[in-house]
Amino acid sequence: MSYIEARNVIKEFGDGEAKVTAVRGIDLSIEQSGFISLMGESGAGKSTLLSMLGGLLSPSGGQIVVGDIDIYSLKRDKLADFRREFMGFIFQSFQLVPYLNVLENVQLPLAVTHHSESDKKSLAFSALERIGLKDKAMRLPNQLSGGEQERVAIARAVVNEPPILFADEPTGNLDSRNSADVMNLLKRLNSEGQTIVMVTHSRKNAEFADRIVEVADGVIRLAETMNPVKCACA
Amino acid sequence: MKLHDIAVNNLRRRKAKVFFLVTGLLVGVAAVVALITTTSTLEEDIGHKMDEFGANILITPKSEGLSLTYGGLSLGGLSFDLKEISQEDIAKIKTIHNAANIRIVSPKVFGVFEREGYKALVVGVDFPSELSLKKWWKINGNAPEYEDDLLLGSEAAEHLRAKPGSVVDIKGETFKVSGVLETTGSQDDNLLFMYLPVSQKIFGKEGKVGMVEIAALCKNCPITEIVEQISEKIPTAKVTAVQQVVAGRMDTLHSFRKFSLGISGLVLLVGSMVVFVTMTASVNERTREIGIFSAIGFRKSHIMKIILLEAFVVSLLAGVAGYVVGIGVTRALLSFMSDHTIHFYWDPIIPVGSVFLAVVIGLLASLYPAMTAARMDPSEALRTL
Repeated sequence: MSYIEARNVIKEFGDGEAKVTAVRGIDLSIEQSGFISLMGESGAGKSTLLSMLGGLLSPSGGQIVVGDIDIYSLKRDKLADFRREFMGFIFQSFQLVPYLNVLENVQLPLAVTHHSESDKKSLAFSALERIGLKDKAMRLPNQLSGGEQERVAIARAVVNEPPILFADEPTGNLDSRNSADVMNLLKRLNSEGQTIVMVTHSRKNAEFADRIVEVADGVIRLAETMNPVKCACA
Repeated sequence: MKLHDIAVNNLRRRKAKVFFLVTGLLVGVAAVVALITTTSTLEEDIGHKMDEFGANILITPKSEGLSLTYGGLSLGGLSFDLKEISQEDIAKIKTIHNAANIRIVSPKVFGVFEREGYKALVVGVDFPSELSLKKWWKINGNAPEYEDDLLLGSEAAEHLRAKPGSVVDIKGETFKVSGVLETTGSQDDNLLFMYLPVSQKIFGKEGKVGMVEIAALCKNCPITEIVEQISEKIPTAKVTAVQQVVAGRMDTLHSFRKFSLGISGLVLLVGSMVVFVTMTASVNERTREIGIFSAIGFRKSHIMKIILLEAFVVSLLAGVAGYVVGIGVTRALLSFMSDHTIHFYWDPIIPVGSVFLAVVIGLLASLYPAMTAARMDPSEALRTL
């Protein structure tokens, strides 16, 4: 049974002659605890599709249904609440808040929740422990390596244990060793039950998923089910 | 971790940006504080000087008068049922509610001097009060010091061929001319001034006065109230405000205040624009962060709270610093603008007002950028990532 469903999703930017259609009627179904990689050339529409699936960009046509909720029928604030509760995001280039330390960055999604301050801290420490950065909790992002920053971004995305994780080029700025670490971390989170939708250029990374969807010119060109790479989580 | 922690951490760890923001608003607040305080102080100083410059209230005995005119021809008039002002009444003036505003009380007694067909009015005055009241008087010789000293108006001195050191007999008493007034162009030129108790004695008016001139500091109090209060205390006297003097003074002060308010408004407008532009630029620079906040589930109100809280803290700092700088500038300006020491006028409303003003301007100027940021589609911010 599908958990996230894109139904004939269209996205157009601009008006008149300047109008560009980035996504042209995509249907896509993602199962709960699934791990799907969206691949394609630059400008193929994969990041636009990810944004629409994640409730960040309303489609020009079609529906995005998560669970049994048409998320774009929700009002803006309710959609924000929905994202906070059900979705975690790992952005390109880490996107940590530069003036907050590691612990504060990880706690960010909890800032507007009703958790007590001590619960927020313990959840953040626990997320940092999972990614092995507990000892660097008080450092500022610019005092960390690229790989460490990416792991902090992952900790922030999972701190409130959302069932779905969206990752846009999570290894785009990392070397091969750090990339492997991050992919193993994502695979481990998936094996723990998290649904993951990842955009990547790298075939090698895409193979960590159990399904690869190739997007070209705003449509799905190919969808293949993988025998995914086993997690080197130990 | 709460929303205010985000705001505080941003301010704490971006000191250069905070300094720039605070400075932008501080300059506006300091300019307004300096302008208002300087004009208030100067206004107060001018007000005091103007109040010291001549009488603005006149107390005369109450009488029933009848003006006699026929066909446009004045036949003079007559007064009847004349009440008198006693020396004790004068003491009552200092007991009115606005007694603090009474600066000079100068009682007078009048008598007539006659010699060889020349008639002149003799005025008995309290010389220290009279000399304070008439600061424009210039005396050739000395101001009267002793009971038998006499001060002559210029024309009276000419008629009597008297000069400082001369002797003049009045009603059988001998007086020494201590000084002669330079020409004033007023009725003072024709008068002979002597000490009040002496004049009361030689004209048989002991314990009585013919008129009282009062200089009241009326900058912050309506002169009509002082007039009413004196009338209540001395029912036998007619108390009048010298309207043209009062109106003239008030007009000058009002014009001065209007000018200062106009300039303050202009400075404030420029200051607000500086804050608005700075806050807008600051928010625009943070598009990426705001996009992240929005993507991870912050509501519009959460984002607005962060930005407005930062604006509040920055404005508060700018308000306090602006007041301190503004007062410093005022003191420097005042010492530069005047040779004499101007008493610094401290108004407790200014510090409270400047902080309040800074916060209101800071928040208003940040409201639009905050709303724009809160309305920003997270995907727009993501596109800038």
